[in-house]
Amino acid sequence: MTGRRANILSRLATYAALIVICALAMFPLLWMICTSLKPDWQIVQFPPRWIPEQLAWRNYKLAVSSESTHFPLWTRNTLIIAILAVIGTTFSSAVVAYGFARIRFPGRSALFTLMLSTMMIPFPVTMVPLFSIFVWLGKHTPIQWLGTTRPLWFPAWFGSAFSIFLLRQFFTTIPDELSEAARIDGCSEWGIFWRIILPLSRPALSVVALFTFMWAWRDFLGPLIFLQRPTQYTLSLGLQTFQSQHGSTPWNQLMAASVLVILPVLVLFFIAQKTFIEGIATTGMKG
Amino acid sequence: MTVTRGEFRNLLKGLAFLSPWLVGFAAFMFLPIVLSLYYSLCDYNLLQGPAFIGTRNYRGLLNDGVFWRSLRVTLLYAAISVPMGLLVSLGVALLLNVRLRAQPIFRTLIFLPSLVPTIASAILWKWMFNQRLGVINRVLAPVLGWLHQPGPPWLDQSKWVVPSLALMSVWSVGNTVIIYLAGLQDVPRELYEAAELDGASPVQRLLNVTLPMISPVIFFNLIMAIIGILQVFDTPFMMTAGGPNRASYFYTYYLYDNAFTYLKMGYASAMAWIQLLLVLALTGIAFWSSKRWVHYQGK
Repeated sequence: MTGRRANILSRLATYAALIVICALAMFPLLWMICTSLKPDWQIVQFPPRWIPEQLAWRNYKLAVSSESTHFPLWTRNTLIIAILAVIGTTFSSAVVAYGFARIRFPGRSALFTLMLSTMMIPFPVTMVPLFSIFVWLGKHTPIQWLGTTRPLWFPAWFGSAFSIFLLRQFFTTIPDELSEAARIDGCSEWGIFWRIILPLSRPALSVVALFTFMWAWRDFLGPLIFLQRPTQYTLSLGLQTFQSQHGSTPWNQLMAASVLVILPVLVLFFIAQKTFIEGIATTGMKG
Repeated sequence: MTVTRGEFRNLLKGLAFLSPWLVGFAAFMFLPIVLSLYYSLCDYNLLQGPAFIGTRNYRGLLNDGVFWRSLRVTLLYAAISVPMGLLVSLGVALLLNVRLRAQPIFRTLIFLPSLVPTIASAILWKWMFNQRLGVINRVLAPVLGWLHQPGPPWLDQSKWVVPSLALMSVWSVGNTVIIYLAGLQDVPRELYEAAELDGASPVQRLLNVTLPMISPVIFFNLIMAIIGILQVFDTPFMMTAGGPNRASYFYTYYLYDNAFTYLKMGYASAMAWIQLLLVLALTGIAFWSSKRWVHYQGK
């Protein structure tokens, strides 16, 4: 009997601990929403209130349409970069991962190890030369690179090590018999990839697409280095310049802008929650 | 050893599929790495081409107080946030691994903060950390008043700023939690049943079954943390601009300034190479130590 009582007690304790942790995790987000809806005078009110007396939706309108922000433009820029990066990374990583997973050739495992080891290279090592490479390309090709969004999505079309790794792991779990049968039927290697492997890999592909989108959406250092005019800025870069220029910051408007930046990500998460959680879980499962 | 025609065909096919990465690797990874090493031995300000100066950049760094300070700041941050992050996320994952009906909701709520883009969390925490108006000090006000203490100057004082940023980083450990949780759920139940039959207490089960079984996952998270931690840039740049008094002037921040504010590209590249060597050394130590504490099943 005592065992059972101890069991109930430990369950209760676990519940209590988890509720406290969840409250701590959610508190900042709720405070953000709450501040975003307060009229100016209520921000500094003491003691702070959870529910504003009147909901100041105006803050959202100001954040989006204020003259010093180009919120709609920044959203558009971020979306363009993110979508091009998602398509490029997902497609090219899948092609490369297929080569690593399903074709046997000498030197394959050495190349795979080389690819994995590139994940350890810190971005600062490559960022200075990348900058000068894009300057050089701008001078010697008819295409402008620096001060455009191109440096931010173009390299994505050559695959990313992390996505290739993730997709390779998935492709190797697909039984070889499927490819063999198609090969006997006269299907080309590309046909096997395109018509058999890809359709079977939708979960893994959506994980890669989601992660790439999230990464592009929040990227800051890349846009900071490569973008030059405020009209080209991404949301991260634009909001950063906005908040650093306003010493006595309009906190409620900044919170409104932040809510708007989080919103698409949250929507994506709730649409594809299972993909997200399972995708992250597999990143920890090496080999 | 002769290569058969089939093998040769496979080699060509394989390389064809790998070609996007091979090109990308050559252009956006290998070439930049070589250039970076070369620049690090040059005086280079973008306006004029790089001029070879030998190891002067590296020798300059050794005598650069700001360099050492930025390294100290980064290592201090790492020393606080890496162990704290690993411990908190492991603890939370252990709680989430208990069989309860509401677990999916808990898991989602704990994961949510790690979705928040850095710019949003930076603005949010800057507001919450505000010494006079921030919600943290206001919530703490009754306790502080009772202790006759003023609210902590979270981001406004040299001593406080790095621990504050480390504290904030714990808010978004949701990713790591999920990875731990997956590891925990892979531990075979028989092991626990066997341990229980042998009369092992919950603490003994944790120390002798759970921790060894998930040690590869702990190791994976540790390596990821080491690689990421030396690159911290966004949050100090957005929240404190490296201040106050350069107390949050992180390594990568100083590197960025050298490259793109002072246009000392060669000097910045030398910093980047020291950073790379540091990452390699730290992961090397981690791998070396892993023989003692990481247990791979059936290997």
